[in-house]
Amino acid sequence: MSLEKEIHFRVNGNLTSVEVPVTMNALAMIRDRLKLTGTKRGCEEGECGSCTILVDGVSVNACLMFAVDCDGRDLTTIEGIRTAEGLSPLQKLFVEEWAVQCGFCTPGMVMQGTYLLSQNREMSVEDIKRGIEGNLCRCTGYKKVIAAIAGALHATPRRGEEKEDS
Amino acid sequence: MSSVGESSRRKEGPEKLTGVAKYVDDYHLPNCLQGVTLRSSIARGVIKEIRFDPSYDWDSVVVATAKDIPGENYVYLIEVDQPLLVDREVHHAEEPILVLGHKDRAKAYEALSHIEVEYEPWDPVLTMEEALVGKRILYGDDNVFKRFEISKGDVEQGFKDADVIVSKEYRVPHQEQAYLENNGMAAWEEDDGTLVLMGSIQCPFYVHKAMLPLFAREPEKVRVIQATTGGGFGGKEEYPNMIAGHAALLALKAKRPVKMIYDRHEDMRATTKRHPARVRHRTGVTKDGALVAQDIDVLMDGGAYVTLSPVVLSRGILHASGPYECPNVRIVGRVIATNTPPNGAFRGFGAPQTLFAAELQMEAIASRLKMDPVSLRQTNLFRIGSITATGQTLRESVGAENVLDRVLSRSKFRQKKSQHARWNGSKTKPTWRGIGLATVFHGDGFTGSGEVFLRSRAGIELVHDGTLRIDAASTEIGQGTTSILAQIVADALDVPYDWIDVETPDTSKVPNSGPTVASRTCMVVGGLLHKAAKKLKKALVQAGANWPLTREALATSAARACGKKRSIDFVEQYRKPGDVTWDEETYRGDAYGVYSYAAMVVDLEIDKTTYEVTVRDVITAQDVGKAINPLLVEGQIIGGTAQALGYALLENTVVDDRGVMQNAQLTNYIIPTALDMPTMDVTIVEEPYSKGPFGAKGVGELPMDIPAPAVAAAIYDATGLFMAELPILPERLCQALHDSAQS
Repeated sequence: MSLEKEIHFRVNGNLTSVEVPVTMNALAMIRDRLKLTGTKRGCEEGECGSCTILVDGVSVNACLMFAVDCDGRDLTTIEGIRTAEGLSPLQKLFVEEWAVQCGFCTPGMVMQGTYLLSQNREMSVEDIKRGIEGNLCRCTGYKKVIAAIAGALHATPRRGEEKEDS
Repeated sequence: MSSVGESSRRKEGPEKLTGVAKYVDDYHLPNCLQGVTLRSSIARGVIKEIRFDPSYDWDSVVVATAKDIPGENYVYLIEVDQPLLVDREVHHAEEPILVLGHKDRAKAYEALSHIEVEYEPWDPVLTMEEALVGKRILYGDDNVFKRFEISKGDVEQGFKDADVIVSKEYRVPHQEQAYLENNGMAAWEEDDGTLVLMGSIQCPFYVHKAMLPLFAREPEKVRVIQATTGGGFGGKEEYPNMIAGHAALLALKAKRPVKMIYDRHEDMRATTKRHPARVRHRTGVTKDGALVAQDIDVLMDGGAYVTLSPVVLSRGILHASGPYECPNVRIVGRVIATNTPPNGAFRGFGAPQTLFAAELQMEAIASRLKMDPVSLRQTNLFRIGSITATGQTLRESVGAENVLDRVLSRSKFRQKKSQHARWNGSKTKPTWRGIGLATVFHGDGFTGSGEVFLRSRAGIELVHDGTLRIDAASTEIGQGTTSILAQIVADALDVPYDWIDVETPDTSKVPNSGPTVASRTCMVVGGLLHKAAKKLKKALVQAGANWPLTREALATSAARACGKKRSIDFVEQYRKPGDVTWDEETYRGDAYGVYSYAAMVVDLEIDKTTYEVTVRDVITAQDVGKAINPLLVEGQIIGGTAQALGYALLENTVVDDRGVMQNAQLTNYIIPTALDMPTMDVTIVEEPYSKGPFGAKGVGELPMDIPAPAVAAAIYDATGLFMAELPILPERLCQALHDSAQS
């Protein structure tokens, strides 16, 4: 018998309530309960980063977090990254730089890239490499992923700069 | 309106970036069961009894065993020796015994733990050497799945003419494909009795063909669809036949859809890997560095069943002498049966194994002759008119010297080498520095008569409203199939890239274009589409179209060309070029229509305390005939280099006493991360091939062949340690250093 608990949280801006077993991880809840299948299951032991999401703005491997710990939190998955105008600047750069091959690590990479960009707008290439070290990719050799994230440093205005620009 | 040669946008890019692209586990199938597999815990023996825990509630579980297979119990491939499920005799640990389904995946795994299998264990054969002793026979009368021999000139006479003879032995390990998406398949039966398989696959028609004998079905009653596929690298070439059979068997028994999605541990333990190999070289050279005799013995571990081993071995031996001309060559290859999980396709397909040995052998020879390894290569390298080990005369598109020249100048090879020698001369420096070189070739397309037997077909559908759709079974597995095929067709028709649609590989909709393997998609299938597009263009011209063509004019002429039909298909079938000959019996002739070439310089540094190797710079030039999409070609080269740097330095498959991978997780099977990647300088060289579309050859596998020997050469340069076994781990360097100090 597994104990169930009802939890309430925001996912991609929407208030959500679900009842989940206390043993369930956030990845299973996101994919199997919320049907947000953009978050990928690659290793289920926090090694590959395919399931990277943002929890209160911080990047997390969803497979290493209990679903019940999402209670009261603000979750962002890949489905919440797309802007009203379409792809985010980082996503556009992933297309332009050919940073996508099979695409399975891509949602996690985009989430991690989005997180890194939200933290530091002065990143060096070394910082980016270190920042995506926890996201494995078997196709690209990372170069073009790094180029896309580095490109996004200049493609979007810094936080607080929007007003000055307009 | 040129698209070829431009880095057009990836067709399926936006879907993959937004999480919209659906991989097999992302599909919601109503009333679906989750399938799991019970696997053998022993390597060899007989199943005496399977016991189901009587206290467990089996009502919500569906179990299928070999007895439920309506047709023949084998997974169709080159031979029919591998059962879908063990009936009696177990041939390797992790061999599937039964499959079961439950609507909840966790419950399905729980049910597995309530099944007990009683075995009569037999002594297994776990290594190639043991198998060759022949005490226990697993296959045929000598445990040899396949033996090939290549012979050119007179090797014994060649050795008599040699001034120096160099003999070395090389070893390469298993390598795990480690695609980010594990193997997965869904199966269900439609109301009209069609069995549908949808999954993560490279070769829809392989799966289709394998289902027919298992389920005793007519071809039209099986349909195979490729879901978006999260990487393959060969690991989804033949293995999906197995998982598809399991999913289908359960679905038919349960009369419900079934999903079988492996977790990482199962995928790594139970599915195919790169063949481990032992390669022995005996080479005769003159004192000025001309090769006069190559005697090469290649041994590969096939595992418990034949799978694709004969063709892996074939490609292996066809690359074993390297991109060099030698008048006298003997290559003997054998692939051996052992009681270990079967090995199979992995990018490079036998060539990375034998080219590692061939290239490092050049370093050994150069060292013995006290000759510069560059000059040694330049003396013997293939050029136009060279004759290969199989007697093939290279008539065109030989970029070997060109790629070597490029990397030498771009890397400042000789200058760096002397700088490093000065650095290493200082005892106080914390590291050793080294620079190494390799040159390789890779045969494009299927080996020998393979393409002739495949009789691949691909076509373009012209719909009356002007829609242009590519119909091919070539799968997009990340390498860019959909984009490059669309580019080739767009250019041949002289219309924009965005006008070209690409049909999903679905056996009910597309012709059989052959498997998506062997660096053949662009060159072979792209070539067929190029021809089809030219015919389509002619039809449009006849229907009154003028160029530059507008969308409206296309629709008008399409409607006119189609007449009363909804659409017309322009389908081309592969035909052997007249001047290509191959003798399967003697292994003489044109082993491949053409070869791609690569050269690479690796510059690295080794920590004197930890023996960690840091690859600093990789400089490479690769001759691909024509880069249909330069950024995609770069993507293949950089990504392939990453995989091969893992093969060289990191990826260590530890096997337990049952022959099964012990470190079957990404936590301790280490593949390269962003931090492991060196700077990369990539030059694309284009020596056009007259029979490829726009001159294109292949690039998919070539980058996998070359980094490992270049790394070993650089380590030799840095330390004087000749590391003839992969992976070159710090502990192995430490041991080698210790051993060299002792001697």
